[in-house]
Amino acid sequence: MLFMLIRRVLLGGVTVCIVSLIIFSGVEMLPGDACTQFLGEYQADDELLAQCRKDLDLNRPAIDRFAEWTQGAVSGDLGLAADGKTKISTIVGDRLKNSLLLAFCAMSLGIPLALLLGVISGLWRDRLPDIIASTLAIFAMTIPEFVSATLLILVLSIWLGWLPGIVLTSAAAPSSEFFPEILLPVIVLSFVMCAHIMRMVRSSVIDVMASDYIQMATLKGVPYWQMVFRHALPNALLPAINVVALTIAWLLGGVVVIEVVFNYPGLGRLMIDSISDRNLPVVQSIALIVASIYVCVNLAADLLTMIANPKLRTMYMRKQ
Amino acid sequence: MPQPAFIEIKNLSVGYTSRSDKSILVLRDVNLSITRGDSVGLVGESGSGKSTLALAAMGYFKRGLHVISGQIHFDGIDMLNIERNALQRLRGGRLALIPQNSGQSLTPNLRIGQQITEALRLHSNIPATDFHAGVIDLLSQVRLPDPVGLTDRYPHELSGGQQQRVAIAMALASNPEALLLDEPTTGLDVTTQAHIMELLRDLAKDRNLAMLYVSHDLGAIARVCNKVMVLYAGETVLTGSANQVLLSPRHPYAHGLLASIPRLNEASLPQALDGRPPMPSETITGCAFADRCKLADQTCRSSPPPLDHLESGETVRCFHHYQIGQLNRKPQKSAKSNPIATCKNSALSLSNLSVSYSQPGLFSKLFRSQDIPPSTVERITIDIKKGETLGLVGESGSGKSTILKTIAGMVPAQSGNIILNQTEPLDTMVEKRPAAYLRQVQIIFQNPDDSLNPRHTVAQILAQPLRLYYGLSGTPLRDRSIAILEQVRLGEHYLERLPSQLSGGEKQRVAIARAFAADPEIILCDEVTSALDVSVQAAVLDLLDALKRQDGTTYIFVSHDLAVVKAISDRVAVLYQGRICEIGPVAAVYSAPFHPYTDALIGAVLEPDPDVAPRLTADDVVELSPPKTGCQFQRRCPRKLGSICEINIPPAQEVAPGHIIHCHIPQGDL
Repeated sequence: MLFMLIRRVLLGGVTVCIVSLIIFSGVEMLPGDACTQFLGEYQADDELLAQCRKDLDLNRPAIDRFAEWTQGAVSGDLGLAADGKTKISTIVGDRLKNSLLLAFCAMSLGIPLALLLGVISGLWRDRLPDIIASTLAIFAMTIPEFVSATLLILVLSIWLGWLPGIVLTSAAAPSSEFFPEILLPVIVLSFVMCAHIMRMVRSSVIDVMASDYIQMATLKGVPYWQMVFRHALPNALLPAINVVALTIAWLLGGVVVIEVVFNYPGLGRLMIDSISDRNLPVVQSIALIVASIYVCVNLAADLLTMIANPKLRTMYMRKQ
Repeated sequence: MPQPAFIEIKNLSVGYTSRSDKSILVLRDVNLSITRGDSVGLVGESGSGKSTLALAAMGYFKRGLHVISGQIHFDGIDMLNIERNALQRLRGGRLALIPQNSGQSLTPNLRIGQQITEALRLHSNIPATDFHAGVIDLLSQVRLPDPVGLTDRYPHELSGGQQQRVAIAMALASNPEALLLDEPTTGLDVTTQAHIMELLRDLAKDRNLAMLYVSHDLGAIARVCNKVMVLYAGETVLTGSANQVLLSPRHPYAHGLLASIPRLNEASLPQALDGRPPMPSETITGCAFADRCKLADQTCRSSPPPLDHLESGETVRCFHHYQIGQLNRKPQKSAKSNPIATCKNSALSLSNLSVSYSQPGLFSKLFRSQDIPPSTVERITIDIKKGETLGLVGESGSGKSTILKTIAGMVPAQSGNIILNQTEPLDTMVEKRPAAYLRQVQIIFQNPDDSLNPRHTVAQILAQPLRLYYGLSGTPLRDRSIAILEQVRLGEHYLERLPSQLSGGEKQRVAIARAFAADPEIILCDEVTSALDVSVQAAVLDLLDALKRQDGTTYIFVSHDLAVVKAISDRVAVLYQGRICEIGPVAAVYSAPFHPYTDALIGAVLEPDPDVAPRLTADDVVELSPPKTGCQFQRRCPRKLGSICEINIPPAQEVAPGHIIHCHIPQGDL
């Protein structure tokens, strides 16, 4: 088990290293750099350009800069932004915190709701609760987020006036100040993620309920709800772990469209802004953070599956 | 004075509603009554409605099925109009089920102890503090080793036989009065099956149970049942005592079914029962069996026969049951009586072949290099002559399929040689073999559902080898395909069908046709009849035998069924844990002197004859890997000599020309 754990963590580390290398070389290969952007029409002046590159430390070989960047990243120092003054960790830090806040709120609303709806529509397959939930899920999956977001703003904020329509709080403000502005984006996100997880849980519950061991439990005289909670759900929810993990990773990596629609100061919007400003050091850092989040969340999901699934658990235990 | 019926099913019709809103019957007007102390066997082909009937006795119907008419009573309780709580108390309480395929019927996330405790909690009066002791008691009643350790195991950590015993223990938890058994030994090894049958027999006797035993295996039915009911297309066609039904069946279907079972004491191929049962959706005007019946006449096709009650106590649904004797007088097929002269030349020779599945990964190579497990298959040296059929027989894990896969190049051999036609060595990797060699070795798999591409028509399936090896296309391709289809007794009109439009037997014929399309030297048959009903199995065996007579093809025939292997093979190798125990001409292997393992296997075979009891010599312990030294069978052998068996590889003793037994026991004592 421990062996397995170390192996998976090492593999995750290798993945992040490869990703960082790809990001760095991708950015290097782009024509132009921070200086050509910064100087604009003055970039034709070779002397000025060389001076700028010297100031921003861009004239050293790429491999040196990569080494320096990774060393910094490991210790939490992501270097300076393209302007050469602001520390990236400060900019990204606030945004990361805000993205985590949004993701956490959406998860705590969306995941329990998705599991509940999935189980209900699986158990009442093809009957009214299932038809309603499944239809809503299809809407949630097919309508683009910005449409549903705009509709919700129209109804809940403009017509009914219950919730603020956009976020006006500044990126550096403490988390508590985002309430109640954060509620609308949370609702939209939960709606979308809920649909995916719910469909998955539904089909898994249907499969399990049709299995031989559920028939056996019924014929053993196990009362219905006891059968559902003891025999069916622990097995039906196993495959959901990975879908939930992917959804969480997606939420944490910055949900660009939603952040733009609601003017929410999260990682996704920072990424978009940095790309249009050619603020490549920031883009690099965000990409690295998002990749690490994906690796960590998936690792956690795999470990959880391994612990929750007796087949996998005993397999690794016995190997010891 | 007859006892009152304990389980009583009256005029039961069960059906489902088709897409076109038609009501389709799965069971038609079935009557069944079981008294305490009775064991009723329910026999029929797949789709005959036998499992539906058994589950109906518990008031349970699979999703989509509903009762159209009839009544079900258990000890006077109406099972169709019963309150849910009362039904839950009965199910698993007074009336318990032992399911088919226990591996899938045990909940995977609950430990064995938890699952049996649940049954005790729901259906017994013992206090919660005694549950643990109760579980251990039940597990030892079904003769499971180490009951205490077993309570903490998960279902997947147990072997098939152990899982089945756990299911039996769970059913016994409530001290039931009636047991329903739905194919409880299907998929188990012969020795395991024989042990479980003995256990069930004892239980039924000790507890005076009412038992309903569903099976397609007449040998198992003969062992535990005193009455038998035969279902065909959802209808009762014959009922009677086990002796009456199994020894002198009064219905042509039951007669055909019994004749199609290969038996150990007969050297010939079983008689095939041609055709297939009607689908539930087909409209039947007369007797459902008329199309396959040799006694059928105009009356049979126009009006449905009534169920006749005979003086002997049997009931039979046939107009011509008094003429049944005519069927017996058919001349026996002389299939195996004059075995074709096998050529002296070798078609395939395996020398010292060994295969290992355990390939150490990168990490284990780096960190713990010692402790290499023994090879899965070892020391396989067999020379197969042209035109010969070699049977490989053994229980699951005996390595028989592995050997086939190695010959086919699907599993790389660790060492040893495979030589085709005396001179042409085959590479162990199929990718490296030239097309000419590939053509000469073809394989037919166990389950045609998995081996035929569901989106290819029969024409496309047959075209593949013909294009690949012979470059045929257009009219010649079509003509050749039709010729091959006719060889396997299917007509031209099958060309455009998809596998889903074929019955199980027809699918396997297409798979056989595909193998023969390459015109190979050697055909590897991997349990080719195991997924088929017995009547269909007989037809497929007959076909394989006829094709071999025509083309002189060499077969390597793998099966766990000793009677099937005996019926089709010229020479047999008995395998245990990937090593040969005994090899020789079929008649020699199936008679004394025996290797102790062959003896155990043959003794455990259940014959469809109530008067024949199996001989159980070895325990049915499942071994996961072969021992590191000595004889492969040392741990289960009832005649183990001592440390010599644990240390030395047993010598090859030639007890008769060509009959070799690998055993330390001296030749005269075997």
